[in-house]
Amino acid sequence: MRPPEALPTFEEGPPAGAELEPTPPPEVPESARAIAWTRRRLSAKRIWKTYRKNRLGMIGLIVLLIFAAVAVFAPLLAPKEGLEATCPCNGIPFSPPSAEFPLGTDNFGRSVLTLTIWGSRISLTVGLLATAISMLIGSLIGIVAGYRGGMTESALMRLTDWFLVIPFLPLAIVLASVLGRSQVVIIFVIGVTSWPGTARIVRAQVLSVKTRPYVERSRALGSGSWHLNTRHILPNVGPLIFANTILTVAIAILSESTLAFLGLGDPLSISWGTILDFAFSAGAASAGQWWWLVPPGLAIVFVVLAFTLCGFALDEILNPKLRAR
Amino acid sequence: MGTRRYIFGKVAQAFLTLAFVMVFNFFLFRVIPGDPGALLLRGTSAFNPENVAQIQAELGLDQPLPEQFVTYVESTLTLNFGQSFFLRGQEVKEVLAGRIWPTILLIGTSTIVSAAIGLIIGIYGGWKRGSKFDVGSQGFTLFVYAMPEFWFGILVLMAFAGGIGPFPALFPAGGYETPGADLSGFAHVADVLNHLALPWFVLTIAYLGQYALIMRNSLIDVMNDDFVTTARAKGVREKQVLWRHVVPNAMLPTFTLVLLSLGFIFGGAITIEYVFSYPGLGLLTVQAIDAKDFPLLQGLFLLFSAAVIIANLVADITYSYLDPRVRAG
Repeated sequence: MRPPEALPTFEEGPPAGAELEPTPPPEVPESARAIAWTRRRLSAKRIWKTYRKNRLGMIGLIVLLIFAAVAVFAPLLAPKEGLEATCPCNGIPFSPPSAEFPLGTDNFGRSVLTLTIWGSRISLTVGLLATAISMLIGSLIGIVAGYRGGMTESALMRLTDWFLVIPFLPLAIVLASVLGRSQVVIIFVIGVTSWPGTARIVRAQVLSVKTRPYVERSRALGSGSWHLNTRHILPNVGPLIFANTILTVAIAILSESTLAFLGLGDPLSISWGTILDFAFSAGAASAGQWWWLVPPGLAIVFVVLAFTLCGFALDEILNPKLRAR
Repeated sequence: MGTRRYIFGKVAQAFLTLAFVMVFNFFLFRVIPGDPGALLLRGTSAFNPENVAQIQAELGLDQPLPEQFVTYVESTLTLNFGQSFFLRGQEVKEVLAGRIWPTILLIGTSTIVSAAIGLIIGIYGGWKRGSKFDVGSQGFTLFVYAMPEFWFGILVLMAFAGGIGPFPALFPAGGYETPGADLSGFAHVADVLNHLALPWFVLTIAYLGQYALIMRNSLIDVMNDDFVTTARAKGVREKQVLWRHVVPNAMLPTFTLVLLSLGFIFGGAITIEYVFSYPGLGLLTVQAIDAKDFPLLQGLFLLFSAAVIIANLVADITYSYLDPRVRAG
């Protein structure tokens, strides 16, 4: 027999038990973890239901899925040899769009379409990895500052304010040129320069979650810091971090393109930023070779726009400050 | 109590931040892989161990770290950033001083115009929330936000300086003035403005959106305040409500943002100056990156950071005069 406390109760949503698995055999009592996961699944479903109604958010999501598919299936869409300067498949350098090369060719005769397709891999990967670093630092500092309070909080927030004040691009440029040209450096540089905003948002949310009755109750029952943070605070701050992550990816992709354009990217891996760098250095602008310049730039605009729309839609659902609107 | 203490606190904070940036800057340039002496001489005929060691000594890199730090603080406080690598023999200080005015001209004029237009768009968009104008300007703002400004710059350069299709080139492709033209008086001013036009246009458009967005959100916040309802109940005409009651209050946060962005645009102009080879601090930064000119980069980084910190301080102090509640709280 199951003890009555183990029965899940729902404050909102479908009637209790409606979405649950069939009752497990009596000798395996349902664990607290299973209940928690059921609840999380239900809340994810609820969020998705609201999200689906957001038209701009859905457009953003679809565009993102298309770009993700292009990045994943790049080898099927365009042969990788097309990236080599010496590939026999290359056409005449600087030729405008034609049937064979729908977006024309660059200074080596490479197809700009192939470059743009393969560029999505590097641009998206750098954006996502840099965001992961930024989120890790930002969330950690935000949670520790919000939870510990006192001196720790003032010290961490002072640090955050300092990083907020240092102008992002000069800092990133200096870091990247000091550490050398490579993809890892770019990821690291964007990651360690873009976390302060997240740290502030997370701290504010932790401060509000920390004082809620269920956290106090848990503490009164003897929960330690680790348990409180991982089981009660983090799950409540998590959604907000998620919405923030999506918005940060957009900024990270823009930053990557800027750093790559300034010649700080890895010259051997093709991203949208490096294509623009090569094109501009080769004088594409003064020669009027628009087909070399427009596609990678438009790709950046669409991806950043898509991430931003998704981020705004999620923020509207998950951010308590915006929910009231 | 109040004003003086508030200002003192803010100034102290600004100095602390500057100190942090200085310390950060010191360590940043000590983690350079490979030593600067070797970097500087690589590929030249003077590349041998004695010369490398001599340069190390000149840069003070053979001293122990604490001593290096003391020297660094002393020289930074006297604005002595050492000599530039690639502009042989020139003091970093002088190089910076020579390049700062074009940048100030460029970002100063573009910020003023872009803030003015942005605010007006934000005011009308927020006042008629959900109207066609509002939706349109919001879409424009989003698009500009998603667009790398250097890409926009390249396209503008291609269209108006390179000439595209049947259109002739309308503007010069770069520079601050026509080299060797030796113009004076009005002709000189016209020449400078002609060179300024394209980068100015790109920066104005690129930053317009954020001002519009902030003004719009701030206006919408204020529109729901009680005093606005009171004004309407008194029978104040709508136009008066907007311009006399709502806008002045909504201006407060926007004003701070404009001041803050002034500091940041210093850095943001980097790519635009590069695209239009406009000889300001931004182009200098790109040249310093290419030449691995660390003393120059160090000086630029300190200058950019100081600009942001000072803009921050000015924003804080001005804000406290515009909104006395800040001082009291």
